[in-house]
Amino acid sequence: MTATITPQQPGQQTGRDGFAQVLRAEWTKFRTVRGWVIGTLVAVLVTAGIGLFAAGASSSSCQNASGSNGGPVRTGQGCQTGIPPVGPAGYAVSDSFYFVRQPLAGNGSITVQITSLTGLLPSTTSNGSDTRPGLVPWAKAGIIIKESTQPGSAYAAMMVTADHGVRMQDDYTSDTAGQPGAVSAASPRWLRLTRSGDTITGYDSADGTHWTQVGTVHLTGLPSTVQAGLFAASPAYQAISENFGGGENGIVAPSQDTAVFDHLSRSGAWPGGTWTGDYIGAADGSGIGGYHQAGSRFTVTGSGDIAPAVTGQAGDVGATITEHLVGTFAGLIAVIVVATIFITAEYRRGLIRITLAASPRRGRVLAAKAIVIGSVTFVAGLAAAAAAVIFGARLASARGSYVYPVPWATELRIVVGTGLLIAVAAVLALALGTVLRRSAAAVTIVIVAIVLPYLLGVASVLPVSASGWLLRITPAAAFAIQQAMPQYPQVTALYSPSSGYFPLAPWAGLAVLCAYAALTLGLAVVLLRRRDA
Amino acid sequence: MEATIEVSGLRKRFGPTLALDGMSFTVEPGQVTGFVGPNGAGKSTTMRVILGLDAADKGSALIGGRPYQSLRHPLSQVGALLDAAALQPSRSARNHLLWLAHSQGLGAKRVDEVIEQAGLSSAVRRKAGGFSLGMRQRLGIAAALLGDPPVLMMDEPFNGMDPEGIVWMRGFLRSLAAQGRAVLVSSHLMSELQDTADHLVVVGRGHVIADTSVAELIATASDGRVTVRTTARSEAMTVLAHAGATVAAADRDTLIISGLAAEKIVTLLGESGVPFSEVSAHRATLEEAYMELTRDAVEFRAATPSGASIEEAAR
Repeated sequence: MTATITPQQPGQQTGRDGFAQVLRAEWTKFRTVRGWVIGTLVAVLVTAGIGLFAAGASSSSCQNASGSNGGPVRTGQGCQTGIPPVGPAGYAVSDSFYFVRQPLAGNGSITVQITSLTGLLPSTTSNGSDTRPGLVPWAKAGIIIKESTQPGSAYAAMMVTADHGVRMQDDYTSDTAGQPGAVSAASPRWLRLTRSGDTITGYDSADGTHWTQVGTVHLTGLPSTVQAGLFAASPAYQAISENFGGGENGIVAPSQDTAVFDHLSRSGAWPGGTWTGDYIGAADGSGIGGYHQAGSRFTVTGSGDIAPAVTGQAGDVGATITEHLVGTFAGLIAVIVVATIFITAEYRRGLIRITLAASPRRGRVLAAKAIVIGSVTFVAGLAAAAAAVIFGARLASARGSYVYPVPWATELRIVVGTGLLIAVAAVLALALGTVLRRSAAAVTIVIVAIVLPYLLGVASVLPVSASGWLLRITPAAAFAIQQAMPQYPQVTALYSPSSGYFPLAPWAGLAVLCAYAALTLGLAVVLLRRRDA
Repeated sequence: MEATIEVSGLRKRFGPTLALDGMSFTVEPGQVTGFVGPNGAGKSTTMRVILGLDAADKGSALIGGRPYQSLRHPLSQVGALLDAAALQPSRSARNHLLWLAHSQGLGAKRVDEVIEQAGLSSAVRRKAGGFSLGMRQRLGIAAALLGDPPVLMMDEPFNGMDPEGIVWMRGFLRSLAAQGRAVLVSSHLMSELQDTADHLVVVGRGHVIADTSVAELIATASDGRVTVRTTARSEAMTVLAHAGATVAAADRDTLIISGLAAEKIVTLLGESGVPFSEVSAHRATLEEAYMELTRDAVEFRAATPSGASIEEAAR
């Protein structure tokens, strides 16, 4: 038997498709130009540096309050009261309300009728000492089963609200609607909570006979003995008006509400005999509240809120890690310049001809360039964001400033997302540089498309609606990936870009930038293939 | 199979300009082929089309029988020096060669070899932006040699080289051809290719005017011409032109005459009392031969008598 030797056809002998070689060549190109490497390091330094400067410069309200007494105070009781407790989900929460309670040892239920919800608002005409009747939209009162009286502990509650009907809320962030409409003597609401182990079910009824289940929640790890009873809370009153040309101003002052409960009934294990009324979450006694009992009829007055604590809200005392990433825009500028020049320098010098002669499959050349610049800038963005978040938090706490805690998954999303934001912006700049073949034009357009809308949006120079649209439809939408806190319908706050809220969801915002980058890259590939080099 | 460049029927239009108009030729291995023509004749465009950088409207350009785009490691098939200024100025010469080597799956060892071959060893760590044009030409040649290709193509490699560099380049090109490679070298100055090229492809206005060996071309251009050396140039011109000869001034004291036999010239000059020191059969330089060929192809030629135009163009 003779072996057959097939002559090799030139060009067919390569088993591998050679893309790894193109990739390696582009990486060698990038790392051997010192200016590009330095530019990338500059991006890291300005991103982290501006963020750390912001973290170090911010001062807590606690410092300001004691500053007149001879320098800032770093620790002390005065500081502690301003810091919100942390809820089960890892977010900061408001947990201050008036609580009329008894222990519930094991399973059981509580049922009550509410016939009235009224309140007092600060007067808008005087300096705040006068009040007028009225309710804030999310004034709330009802029944609650709570892990303990410790602020931030787990709970589930059924309540009536001023403007949002019956709600079932639990663990600060969850909110489910029950019967709509306002409560009155003519149109009372019946509320019921039943506990079975760590499962709590809420019901509402218009007549105390026909009940509708509003929701069921599991409070994992709920102890056998919990605190249960009546509560009233009323978030601070905020009147905020948008200034002409952007920005806001307004007044913020405490409000209070009073609910009338009747036909209170209980079943199950209630070992205590008497009701205790106290204000939860205000150790300094600043909370407004009290109750009055006449048989099964209770009148409870309270203030405060049981809800997530967010920035842009009345009584906002701190910063979010988003604010430690304000340097991202400056880092982006450096990255955009480097990424654009990565291709336009080749056009300027005619080097593109050598590149394309060495690798005639042009789409692959651009793909390799995109992967190289995307990876390099991703790592740079990741490092900068991690440094800003980690050292920003340390610096802020060393200065006595409060930083809102966020769950670790959110922190990870923000840090990784910032890396992705910078990387995808770099790819967009590379693609536009390929399309235009001119550094100055491409750099300008990408900066105008990403950095400018972001700055206009967060700097409060535009009306909120205008900056909202800018941050939806421009590539700057991607900054949504840095949003640290969700928006809650049940919390009244200034949800504007300037306080760290973006109109699109985090990944949706990043997807907008990705779409721009993908379209531009597609156009760049078509043009690179079609044009003479 | 023997690696060659085969160009056939290339046409390409840039806006109103017809850059290539039926360009066809073949480059054979083992010799230096000069690719000569005035500026704008289509030399660089042809080379870009061969390398797949520009797309021709019509026609084909093949390397070893295959279109350039289908080559997997093109630099091991064709080495090209198109534009010595095509460099990232802030990248060192060695790193310039290194990325190019990486794109072909080659390593740093091969880079060091071509640096040695191109005589760049002393400058290789310096930024390429600081290189003289001659140094950049050497760097471009090192890049062309990276893949040890059987075909080499160089666009105006003598540009900016000092005399020593030109001598080196000539020897270098000849040695590459002696190794059996096909070498195509373009130039707009035929004198640069003297003693270098074995074969010439002369182009003008986008197509080939002559495709011939150098020996043949010189023989044709020399045919029947006579060199006259005289201190009284203008008198001699008058006398000989009057007798019906075509007279071209080649030098301060040299005339090149066609249309008259040497004996007749001696007689005429003697009768007119014009002094002369030498009358001999003329052996044309490559440049003269080239000028003869491209006379009609030079697009912006001054409207002067042919003899004068030869003289001026040769300067």
